[in-house]
Order: sequence, then C-alpha cells, then structure tokens
Amino acid sequence: MRTNFKAALLAAALLMASGSALAETNFWQWLVNFSRQKEVKPVDNKAYLEECGSCHFAYQPGLLPGKSWAKLLDEKALADHFGEDATLDKDVLKSIHDYAMENAAEKSWYKRSRKIALATEDDAPLRITEVRYIKRKHHDIPEKMVKGNKDVKSQAYCNACHTKAEEGIFDEDTVDIPNFPNRGHD
Amino acid sequence: MKWHKLLLALGMLAAASAALATPATDELFARYKSAGAAGFDAERGSKNWNREVQGEAGEMVSCTACHGKDLGKEGRHRKTDKVIKPMAPSVNKERYTDAKKIEKWFKRNCNDVWSRECTAQEKGDLLKFLLGQ
Ligand code: HEC
Ligand code: HEC
Ligand code: HEC
Repeated sequence: MRTNFKAALLAAALLMASGSALAETNFWQWLVNFSRQKEVKPVDNKAYLEECGSCHFAYQPGLLPGKSWAKLLDEKALADHFGEDATLDKDVLKSIHDYAMENAAEKSWYKRSRKIALATEDDAPLRITEVRYIKRKHHDIPEKMVKGNKDVKSQAYCNACHTKAEEGIFDEDTVDIPNFPNRGHD
Repeated sequence: MKWHKLLLALGMLAAASAALATPATDELFARYKSAGAAGFDAERGSKNWNREVQGEAGEMVSCTACHGKDLGKEGRHRKTDKVIKPMAPSVNKERYTDAKKIEKWFKRNCNDVWSRECTAQEKGDLLKFLLGQ
C-alpha cells in the first residue's frame, strides 16, 4: 500500500516534470482549461490590451496567423493602420509584436484558432474579416444588420454582436445583433 | 474647532490642486515652456478643442468628434464607435497621469483632426483647458 502510494507520487512528479518541459505549449494550463479550448485564448497581456484596445476591441492574437501579425505590427504599417496613426514606442511595439507572434493562430491549441490557421495556410490577410473561415460564418448576415445598423457599422466590430468577444468566446449562443433581437439564435 | 477648519481648508486645497495638475502635466508644461511656449490659456484651448475643420469625407470634425460635447460623459470613436471614457479629470481620475500617453494621443489626434502635429503652445493650452474640466 505504502509503496504503491510512493510509486504514484513518483509518477505524478515525473509527469509534472515532463509538463514543465512542455512549458512552451503550456500543457498543464491546457489540461486544466480543456473545456474552454473550443474558443480563442483571451488576451492576457496588459500592454496589448491597453494599446490595441483603445480604438476598438482588442482582437485576440489567435484570430490571425503570425504572418498577418508580422505585417500589421510593423513600425511603418502602424503609421497608416487602416487610415489611423497607431504608432508605438519601439520597446512597446516589440513586446506587443512578440506577444502576438507567440499567441498567433497557428501557435494556439484553441479550436477556433486551429481553424483560422488552416484557413490561412496560403494567404496572410490583414483583416480577420477576410479570413475565409470567418467570412463563411457570416456570409448570410444581411447588410442591413451590419453596415446599415447604427450600433454595429462594420463586420470588424466583433464585440458589437458577440457579447463575450472580450473573453474570446464567439459561440453562436452568445450572439446578439443590436436592433435585431430575433436574429442570432436560429 | 480651529484645527478642523484648517484641515478642511487644506483638504479642499489639495482636492482643487489635484484636479488642476498632475506630476505628468507639470512635466509636460515644463517641456512645452522650454520649447518656447508660454502663458497657457484655457480659453484658447477651449476654442481649439471645439474648432471644426473639414474631414476627409467632407464632414466637419473637431476634438469632440470622438470625445463628445460633454467632457464629463463618455465619448465614442467616430470610426470604430468604441466607447471612450470621460475626458474630465473631475469624473475620471485616470486622466492625464502619464506624460507618454498624453503625448502619444496629442500626436495621433492632432494629426487625425488637423492633419498636422499640434505646437507646444497649442498642447499647453489644450491641456490647461482639459485639466479644468
Ligand atoms: C488610433 C486607433 C487605433 C489603434 C490604436 C489600433 N487600431 Fe486597429 N484599427 C483601427 C481602425 C480605424 C480599424 C479599421 C476598422 C474598420 O474597418 O472599420 C482597425 C482595424 C484593425 C484590424 C482589422 C479588423 C478587421 O478584421 O477588419 C486589426 C486586426 C487591428 N486593427 C489590430 C490592431 C492591433 C493589434 C492594435 C495594437 C497595436 C491596433 N489595432 C491599434 C484603429 C486603431
Ligand atoms: C453583425 C453582427 C456580427 C459581427 C459584427 C460579428 N459577428 Fe461573428 N457571428 C455573428 C452571427 C449572427 C453568427 C452566426 C450565428 C449562426 O451561425 O447562426 C456569427 C458566428 C461567428 C463565429 C462562429 C460561431 C460558431 O458557433 O460556430 C465566429 C468564430 C465568429 N462569428 C467570429 C467573429 C469575429 C472574430 C468577428 C469580428 C472580426 C465577428 N464574428 C463579428 C454575428 C456577428
Ligand atoms: C478619432 C477619434 C478621436 C479624435 C477625433 C480625438 N481623439 Fe483624443 N483620444 C482618442 C482615443 C481613442 C484616446 C485614448 C483612449 C482613452 O484614453 O480613453 C484619446 C485620448 C486622448 C488624450 C489622452 C488623455 C489621457 O488620459 O492621457 C488626449 C490628451 C486627447 N485624446 C486629446 C485630443 C485632442 C486635443 C483632440 C483634437 C485635436 C482629440 N483628442 C481628438 C480618440 C480621439
């Protein structure tokens, strides 16, 4: 009995050690959060949240592949970021760039990120709304609910309709299109 | 009794001065002065804040296009519609506490509205106006 217990402890310790060897993929966190892995990893970087969340909702890095972030998060590109000046100090830019690259779609275990990585294998869109998988999920939403909707305006404002977008949840049960109460749950 | 009155007066003074300056804005005012600006004027700042110029699509824009007419209330980004917290430090204590942040947004927003950077004088005037809100 005692030896059995010791053996179990040893096994657990070994498992832990191998877990930390896998630290890069955050194996333990992945195991603990298994049920939430269906969605997109929430943003957990303060600089990113603050800088990239000031003009619009802070898009999770897991919504685009690394090659897209590399194009977007470049000093010159940020000077004309969809018509806005979104330039950052060198050190801040570096930390945000690195954070996005480390958590990009193809690096993530989250299911939706895997799908986005797959859908962008042969292109590097600058917009999440141009990712084939995302486009497909929205193609039957009429214009009047998006552009013609004063509380949405653009397909890019995920959080206007996805009530839990900030938590990385885009599940259809959490959709609520403003001014169209009967849409989203069908 | 006297003690209390003194304390109260001191407290009010502290509250009033807290609204009119922060270490970050002291630093900026000093910087603008060394760049040749002087005599910062809230009145001039207010005029510039509300001055309307023609935007890209022909619409009239000013600083209020995103920050709203009432600085004690939330604004909305004119392109993305994102809510922007109130600009008045009397209701939003986080305002004007980080010199880097202030300079970053002056650069972006002056370019956005006026298609050029603001001068040290303009920034000082605007800041003086905003701090008094
Ligand atoms: C100064 C304001 C501003 C800042 C700061 C800013 N953005 Fe943007 N961003 C915009 C605007 C405006 C758009 C275009 C929205 C539209 O199409 O209506 C945009 C669009 C985007 C899009 C494309 C959305 C889509 O799918 O259409 C991504 C991705 C993006 N931003 C990422 C970022 C990241 C990452 C940061 C932080 C480095 C950032 N943004 C900071 C203003 C800003
Ligand atoms: C106009 C409102 C609206 C906007 C804006 C919007 N969505 Fe959606 N989204 C929907 C609706 C409605 C559905 C699908 C519901 C259904 O299938 O019936 C959906 C579905 C999805 C799905 C699939 C959900 C599932 O359960 O399979 C994902 C992922 C998604 N959206 C991500 C995004 C992202 C990322 C953005 C921002 C770039 C965004 N959406 C912007 C309304 C919106
Ligand atoms: C296109 C939208 C937009 C316009 C127009 C705009 N701003 Fe801003 N401004 C923002 C956003 C977004 C922020 C950052 C979000 C926040 O601090 O809540 C900001 C922040 C600021 C800050 C930093 C406040 C702080 O807490 O440190 C100052 C100062 C500022 N703006 C001044 C101006 C001035 C002056 C003008 C007119 C020349 C102007 N803004 C016009 C969007 C705008």
